[in-house]
Amino acid sequence: MTVTDEAVPDDGPPPAEDLPVEDMPDRADRAHQADRVPEAPPVRAPSPRTRRGAPWLLTVALAVLLLLLTLASAGLGAYEISPGDVLSSVAHRVGLGGGELDRVPESVLWNVRFPRIVLALLVGASLGCAGALMQGVFGNPLAEPGVIGVSSGAAVGAVAVISLGLDFLGTWTVPAFAFVAGLGTALLVYSMSRSGGRTEVVTLILTGIAVNAFAGALIGLFIFLADTAAVNQITFWQLGSLSQATWPKVWAVLPCAAAGLAVAPFYARKLDLLSLGERPARHLGVDVERLRVVLVLVVALLTAAAVSVSGVIGFVGLVVPHLLRMAAGPGHRFLIPGSALGGAVVLLAGDLAARTVAEPAELPLGVLTALFGSPFFFWLLRRTRRRQGGWA
Amino acid sequence: MKKLNLRGLRTRTVRPGPVAPGDVLAEAADLHVRLGAREVLSGVDVEARAGEVLALVGPNGAGKSTLLGALAADLPAAGGVVRVHGRPVSDWSAPELALRRAVLPQSASLSFPFPVEDVVRMGRAPWAGRPEEEEDDAAVASAMAATEVTGFAARPFSALSGGERARVALARVLAQRARLLLLDEPTAALDLRHQELVLRVCRERAREGDAVVVVLHDLGLAAAYAHRVVILCAGRAVADGAPAEVFTDRLLSDVYKQPVEVFPHPRTGAVMVAPVRGS
Repeated sequence: MTVTDEAVPDDGPPPAEDLPVEDMPDRADRAHQADRVPEAPPVRAPSPRTRRGAPWLLTVALAVLLLLLTLASAGLGAYEISPGDVLSSVAHRVGLGGGELDRVPESVLWNVRFPRIVLALLVGASLGCAGALMQGVFGNPLAEPGVIGVSSGAAVGAVAVISLGLDFLGTWTVPAFAFVAGLGTALLVYSMSRSGGRTEVVTLILTGIAVNAFAGALIGLFIFLADTAAVNQITFWQLGSLSQATWPKVWAVLPCAAAGLAVAPFYARKLDLLSLGERPARHLGVDVERLRVVLVLVVALLTAAAVSVSGVIGFVGLVVPHLLRMAAGPGHRFLIPGSALGGAVVLLAGDLAARTVAEPAELPLGVLTALFGSPFFFWLLRRTRRRQGGWA
Repeated sequence: MKKLNLRGLRTRTVRPGPVAPGDVLAEAADLHVRLGAREVLSGVDVEARAGEVLALVGPNGAGKSTLLGALAADLPAAGGVVRVHGRPVSDWSAPELALRRAVLPQSASLSFPFPVEDVVRMGRAPWAGRPEEEEDDAAVASAMAATEVTGFAARPFSALSGGERARVALARVLAQRARLLLLDEPTAALDLRHQELVLRVCRERAREGDAVVVVLHDLGLAAAYAHRVVILCAGRAVADGAPAEVFTDRLLSDVYKQPVEVFPHPRTGAVMVAPVRGS
């Protein structure tokens, strides 16, 4: 029974000596580390290295774009304020010189424009980041809070609060309920749509349809129960607009969004490993169960933050991570913060367009993102199907 | 994909101690495993020792992959115990196990199109934030060279053929530099040359003092490269020993329900296994 090395035909596999050295590089590596002439392959092939520059370039580009958009958003609108005045007023407020504007522009800037801009940034960053996380957790590039119904789930919580007139948590009531409802939905979808560590596209989309339908029914029910004032509020909110932005609203969603955005990047490498599948990830030391629970929680936080101010704004979480993945590779270390940044850019641009394109009227933001996002979703579906050779 | 990952979230993990040749790195004692209602393993005893290539062979459904899965702590034991580095697997945390054993699954898949080199580098994840992180580049480069995947380091994993993917997956497992390697059919998708290459790599790792457990279908490969073979049949280990001892016409014919002959190679005398075919 017990067999030691002697029992084996001496050097085992036939003629290890006859092999050229390149065939046994592992041994060569350890044996002649010192005197070996490095004809050995380079540690990194050139192409990934050049691509490793892409994340930085993109980050800088997105950040610059974000600043320019912020400046434009602050200045443009029914009441125009020049960029110089905007900068001067900001400088004045943070105590770096500059000067206060007249009463009207100062008020427009600080009570109307800036809360709206900050809210757009928070919502966009939350949606983009939630999309990237969700795609990583599900191991599926089509996952997104809107598509799989987490947004609608969160919306049920928000509508319930408005309809029943609850306010025992003050301004935090809506985000809190949206979070609880979103979390419940996310857990439900997650447990229903996975099998063997993977989510089939069909299962995912069908689960999304079911969840969205059910959430829609609940929302309908709450609207039915609500009084006229509440119905107006709900309808307005459902269109997905930031036009009601105020500082209290910003403070209401800030904790949710900030917590989610701060935690997410720490799970980047684990998400990379998770793309190998659940078991291989566990073999590499990832506590997969805990990872899932934490990330589903973070996704629910982010979605709740976004939904509770602006209703269901779809496709941002789908499109942004996808484009970034194509440009800079699938590594989550860039993808997660990058998607937050990209989401903020997209939403800020979207909101700017929504309120300036049809001036003085204002397009609902949710309508605008869906208008551009849906065709992209079509394209993505087709491409995924082509790759997989069908859905079944 | 490097540093900022787990800092501050890691609980204290016990570093692996030194390993001497002959140490038992993985062990199943009277192991029973159930999948659903079916008992797939019923009372298996196996030891994997440092410095040894142990091949698990047997017909389809005999429980080879299940045994490997139990040794990898993927599947819970319904009875008996599995020990890795001397401790029951359930006593180790996932990060602690990752420092001690590497597992190659039967099929390699990837949700997102990471380039090959990044995939191999994922094998270094358990060492992040430890002194061994210094070896990352060297471990990745030598693992890629050993499996001959360096040539397509930059290509996305999704663009590779089945055999290439299998080698990349193996490279990832080698880069982990764990002392215990559990490989589930590493040669299944490979051509003749790469089958030999992979098993030579296994021998090499054993020579350096690692314990290698490998599920194989090709009895010829098992005979040529394994120090020890465990033959599984219907959830039991029916033989355990050097290939020359346990590979007999009678036993193999019985186990595979197919007449098999075992004979010495006319020139080298190495053990050859072939099915008996009608003339």
